[in-house]
Amino acid sequence: MPLSFRISISQWQDRRVGVIEVRNLRKSYSSVQAVDGIDLSIEQGEIFAILGPNGAGKTTSVEILEGFRRRDSGEVRVLEMDPAIKGRSAREFRDRIGVVLQSTSDAGDLTVSETLRHFSGYYSKPRDASEVIESVGLEEKRDALIHTLSGGQRRRLDVGLGIIGNPELLFLDEPTTGFDPEARRSFWELIRTLREAGTTIVLTTHYLDEAEALADRVAVINSGKILEIATPANLGDRATSLARVRWEVDGRMCEEFTDEPTAVITRLSKEIMGEIPKLTVLRATLEDIYLEMIGEVSGQIK
Amino acid sequence: MSALPTTLTLGFRRGRLEIRQFLRQRESVVFTLLFPLILMAIFGSVFTGKISNGVSFSQYFLAGMIASGLVNSGFQQLAINIPMERDDGSLKRLRGTPMPVASYFIGKTILVMSSVLFQIFFLLIGGLLFFGIHLPTSLNKWLIFAAVIILGTAGSTALGIAFSVIPKSGRGASAVVSPLVIVLQFFSGVFFVFTQLPHWMQQIAAIFPLKWLCQGIRSVFLPDAFAQSEVAHSWETGKTLIILAIWLIIGIVLSIRTFKWNRE
Repeated sequence: MPLSFRISISQWQDRRVGVIEVRNLRKSYSSVQAVDGIDLSIEQGEIFAILGPNGAGKTTSVEILEGFRRRDSGEVRVLEMDPAIKGRSAREFRDRIGVVLQSTSDAGDLTVSETLRHFSGYYSKPRDASEVIESVGLEEKRDALIHTLSGGQRRRLDVGLGIIGNPELLFLDEPTTGFDPEARRSFWELIRTLREAGTTIVLTTHYLDEAEALADRVAVINSGKILEIATPANLGDRATSLARVRWEVDGRMCEEFTDEPTAVITRLSKEIMGEIPKLTVLRATLEDIYLEMIGEVSGQIK
Repeated sequence: MSALPTTLTLGFRRGRLEIRQFLRQRESVVFTLLFPLILMAIFGSVFTGKISNGVSFSQYFLAGMIASGLVNSGFQQLAINIPMERDDGSLKRLRGTPMPVASYFIGKTILVMSSVLFQIFFLLIGGLLFFGIHLPTSLNKWLIFAAVIILGTAGSTALGIAFSVIPKSGRGASAVVSPLVIVLQFFSGVFFVFTQLPHWMQQIAAIFPLKWLCQGIRSVFLPDAFAQSEVAHSWETGKTLIILAIWLIIGIVLSIRTFKWNRE
C-alpha cells in the first residue's frame, strides 16, 4: 500500500507540468550574452511578471518563449511544445498562444470590428469578435477606423487581437505604456478577468506598481540572469526588512530603522509627551527593493 | 476541437482584406488603376504618328504600358510596402498568429492580380475610345495574353516579396527600389522600341523577366509581320513563357527562404 501510494503521488506531480518550463536558457548576440542561463517554471493560471532594466534580457527571453527567436542552448517547453518548432506544429503552437507586442502602428485602414473578425478567422477555436470588443471596452469604437483611435484605445485593440484566439497562454509586453491612470486600472481589471478564466499570463513591464497590482510572482532579470523569483510581497527581503520611522525634532528630521516600529512610536510619544511632529512609518516598496537589486548587480560588475 | 483553416482559405481571406485596405486609400486607388492609361495618354499625345504597316505608336506601346503597370503594382509596391509593414509591426503581429506565411503571399498575389486586371481593363477601354488601338481577334492570342499576364504578375509579386528583405527600412525602400525599376524599364523597352536600344542594353535586359513580358504582350497586340523586327525575328512565345515561369519559381523560392517578419 505505501508503495502504490507513493507512485500515485508522483504520477500526480508529473501531470502538473508547468505551462512554461525553462532550463539553462542561453542566447548571445555576437559578443553580448543577452540571456545567460535562465531557469523558469510558470504554472497554469498565474500572472507572472518579468522585471528588469532595458537590455537586461527580458525581451530576448520572452521572444524565445513566443517562438520569435531561436535559442543558442537550453531546454524550453511552452504548453509542452518547443516554441522553435517549424511547419504544421508551429501553427498548432501559435493557435494556443496570444502575443501582445510593444506598441505597433499599423496603417489602420480597417475598422476595429473588421480587424478582430478577420484575425478570429486564423484560429481553430476563436472567441466571438463582439464579445472581445466588449471585454476590451471598445463597443463605441466598433466601427471606427484604427488610425482614428487614441493610444489607449489602440492598446486595447492590441490586447483584443492577443486574446481573440482564446489562448491558453498570453504574452503581454509593456501593455500599459502611455495609458492614463484610469485606463490602466480598467486594463488591470481586464487582465484579472482573463486570469480568472484560467489564462496564464506572462507580463513584461517597466511599471513596478503594475507588477505589484497584477502579478502572482515576479522575476527580476539583469545582465541575462534571474536575480530572484518571488511574490511581489516577498521579493528581496521586503517582508522582513526594517521599517523606517521618521519624525521632526526642533526643525530637524530624524529617522530610525527598526523591526518594531510600534515600540519606537510608543517610546517617542512618551518622550515628546503628545503629538509627534511629522511622524511617518515607511516600509520598502517594490520599487525600493527592485532598485536595490538592480544596483547591487551593477556594483558587482564594476 | 475544430481544425485550423487551410492555407488556401486563409490566403483568400488575406486577399479580400488586402483589397479592402487598398480600396480605402482613395487617391492611390485612382492613380494605381489608371496608371497605364495615364502613360498611354502621355505617349499617345507625344508620338502621334505611325511606326510602320499602319501600326500606331499607341498600339506599339500598349505592351510597355501594361508591363509597366504590372511591375509597378507588383514588384515596386511590394518591395516598398512590405518593409513598411515590417517597420510598423504589422508583420510581427501576424507572425504571432497561426496564419501561415504562404497565406500572406497568396493574399498579396490576389491583391496584385486584381489590380493588374483592372489596370488592363481601363487601359484597353481608354485605348479603344481615345487612341484608336486594335484588339486581337484570335482566341490563341488572348490565351497567350492570359498566360503571359498570369505568369508575369505572379512573378512580379514573388520577386517583390523576395526583394522586400533588401531595403533596410520602410522609409528608405522607395529610394532603393524606384531607380532600379525605372532603369530596368528603360533597358527592357517599356518606353522605346526595344530593337532600337544599344546591343549591350538588350543583352542585359534579356536576363530579366521584364523584357520577355513586354515581348510576350507585343506578340498579342502587334501584327504577326512585326515578329520580324524582334531581336530573334520571331515572337519566341515558348521561350518567353519558360523564362517568365523560371523567374516566378526563383521569386517563390527566394521569398520562402529569405522572408523576414521583423527588423533585426
